[in-house]
Amino acid sequence: MATTTLEPRTAGYRRAWVLDWLTTVDHKKIGILYIVNSFLFFFAAGILALVVRSELAVPGMQFLDQDTYNQAFTMHGTIMLFLFIIPVLSGFGNYIVPLQLGAPDMAFPRINALSFWLLPLGGLLIFSGYLFGGAAAEGWTSYAPLSNRAEGVGTDLWIIGLALVGTASILGAVNFITTIFKMRAPGMTLFRMPIFVWTILVTATLILLATPVLTAGLIALFIDRNYGGSFFDPSVGGNPILWQHIFWFFGHPEVYIVILPGMGVVSEVLPVFSRKPLFGYKAFVFATIAIGLLSFSVWAHHMFTTGGALFLPFFSFMTALIGIPTGVKMFNWLGTLYRGKLVFSSAMLFALGFISMFLIGGISGVMLASPPIDFHVQDTYFVVAHLHYVFFGGSVFAVFAATYYWFPKMFGRKLNEPLGKIHFWIHFIGFNLAFFPMHELGLLGMPRRIADYADRPDWVILNFMSTVGAFMIAVSVIPFLINVIATFINGEPAGDDPWEGNTLEWATTSPPPPYNFDRLPPIHSERPLFFLTHGHGHAAERPDDLEEGAEEDAEHRKGVV
Amino acid sequence: MTAGTMQAHPAGEEEARAAITHGQSGMPTVMVGMLLFIASEVMFFGGLFATYFNARATTVGEWGPPAGGHLDIALAGVLTAVLVASSFTMQFGVWAIRRGDAGKLKMWTGITLALGILFLAGQLYDYSELGFGIGDGVFGTVFYTLTGFHGAHVFGGTVGLTIVLARALRGQFSARNHVAVEAVSMYWHFVDVVWIGVFSTIYLLR
Repeated sequence: MATTTLEPRTAGYRRAWVLDWLTTVDHKKIGILYIVNSFLFFFAAGILALVVRSELAVPGMQFLDQDTYNQAFTMHGTIMLFLFIIPVLSGFGNYIVPLQLGAPDMAFPRINALSFWLLPLGGLLIFSGYLFGGAAAEGWTSYAPLSNRAEGVGTDLWIIGLALVGTASILGAVNFITTIFKMRAPGMTLFRMPIFVWTILVTATLILLATPVLTAGLIALFIDRNYGGSFFDPSVGGNPILWQHIFWFFGHPEVYIVILPGMGVVSEVLPVFSRKPLFGYKAFVFATIAIGLLSFSVWAHHMFTTGGALFLPFFSFMTALIGIPTGVKMFNWLGTLYRGKLVFSSAMLFALGFISMFLIGGISGVMLASPPIDFHVQDTYFVVAHLHYVFFGGSVFAVFAATYYWFPKMFGRKLNEPLGKIHFWIHFIGFNLAFFPMHELGLLGMPRRIADYADRPDWVILNFMSTVGAFMIAVSVIPFLINVIATFINGEPAGDDPWEGNTLEWATTSPPPPYNFDRLPPIHSERPLFFLTHGHGHAAERPDDLEEGAEEDAEHRKGVV
Repeated sequence: MTAGTMQAHPAGEEEARAAITHGQSGMPTVMVGMLLFIASEVMFFGGLFATYFNARATTVGEWGPPAGGHLDIALAGVLTAVLVASSFTMQFGVWAIRRGDAGKLKMWTGITLALGILFLAGQLYDYSELGFGIGDGVFGTVFYTLTGFHGAHVFGGTVGLTIVLARALRGQFSARNHVAVEAVSMYWHFVDVVWIGVFSTIYLLR
């Protein structure tokens, strides 16, 4: 290890701390800005979730009026998706991808800073509706004709904010793809890239191709609302269903934009804490690409009940087809765990939580892909349960896995493990208490997006359970925050490679110097650091031995070793 | 740890270049970024075209400008010729600087910029003469949205051309160092191709 870790030789010149962070173009600082900004929006949107669940705890209107309730769930969904999950995963990507590639920074550092700074701006614009007579209240999907007829400036601010956030995403995607294709270290072939980088590559491609379509739709909506346009107004030749097509043409790739980087995080964490390589690296890569391709052909499964000229069997079949590459990944993960020397760290617990919860979300997803079932549960709590099992049980668990896993690299200190486990268990139990009953509620026919509901004993008990679960999730954040603060004050020093990692980010100091690497280890596989520290399966072999063999290199290329 | 490490002091220019680019050749990073950005723009216009074709397909009865309005296909044809010509003049500039002819680059970029501005002016004049607005039925909405956002992209291109021209006048480009010219020309060609799509869709296919 001593060969790969050097103290940074130059400290650089120092600027005022605040100015330094405001003007930084360092991908690591921008990554941290992304993550901090995202968590702030996470807490804001989480509070909105608690507001919604409080109102729904028992039948009747207790705290809110109908309109405030509509604003609360609209803002909750919008902020959680566009200003928490997507950016927080972009933040980890920003921090980790150049390190894992052995690059000094992203390809376009200043565009990187721009992509970040558009986010708080867009997020605040979306929220600022509350200051001007009420935020958007049409749900995060903002269906026409509700949205093009809605009064008030809140919806316009929502449109402008989302267009900015979308632009930020697109610029970020250009940056990620260029970085991945142009900035890899010598020896880092595409099939030696860490899985996380692969998932970011496919995610960025989806963002690049799907988000502009949403921008076009948002512009159309804005024109309808403000300039007398009639895209979605059937009285003068427009078509309200068009909004759904445009929204979901973006919205379904968006689902994979949210989940793929999470899958990448899990595929980094599982091998390290199983002490094994990822089972079926190439299968995983091709499954990721397959999911990316299929994601553009399934959007209308959100619209089965709209009728019209939709060809349901096609969209149903394509949707079910996505179950195959996703299933491949399940076997990648199970194969990695199988006979591994498992270490149940907090990161590993969250990764295992991801796998189990995402499995449930995946199964309910395949159920919803079947039009006869979908017709019955469309717009019920069954859909709410499904989407929370994939977004929250999937992506958010992955976000916490990534936080526990990479925090030591970012700040040089390890988060406290017992507190992390307390966080996980409260979070895990609270999550299932909050969202599992929603499956049942949906099957019992309770519609989503309503502020009040019938006083039926079965609905009441399930809703109450769900509210208790939501507050448990909120409580679980407390040990997490204590953990972060305590670790900054007096955390256990992490060293360069606390987990005995596989990938290059662990080959530099924690935190890394501004230029990332003084020197790079040789890269002969997707686990360069493992081979550096453990030799070629023989502890006696040293890195110098590795550099001799061009034949070995060729074998790796063929995937023999 | 010797052979696998990056060289601390690249001896010559080639080594320096190899160290910067990690020894990879191929398309310059800026061009990769521009092509990816253009890919996203293609999807953006794809979305706008989708709104056009959707409106076209769901309209019952005659498709076209509302009563009292008309389309000026002659003017639009002239503007099309202007924009297509500007694509050629841009490319002549690129070829010139590839040969190292900075003087010709200035000339061709200037002509391209002038043609771009001429196109925008013509479009604004066209708008003022048509007799219908964005709020006049779904045709008005899709017509002004599609042509307007294309015009906004032409405007963006003229900003890029202005920067290229300013840098060319300062003598910042050479045969080996002119990636900005290549990138802006790529974008300009894209804007031109989009216009051919817009023109064919709105004026020729009807």
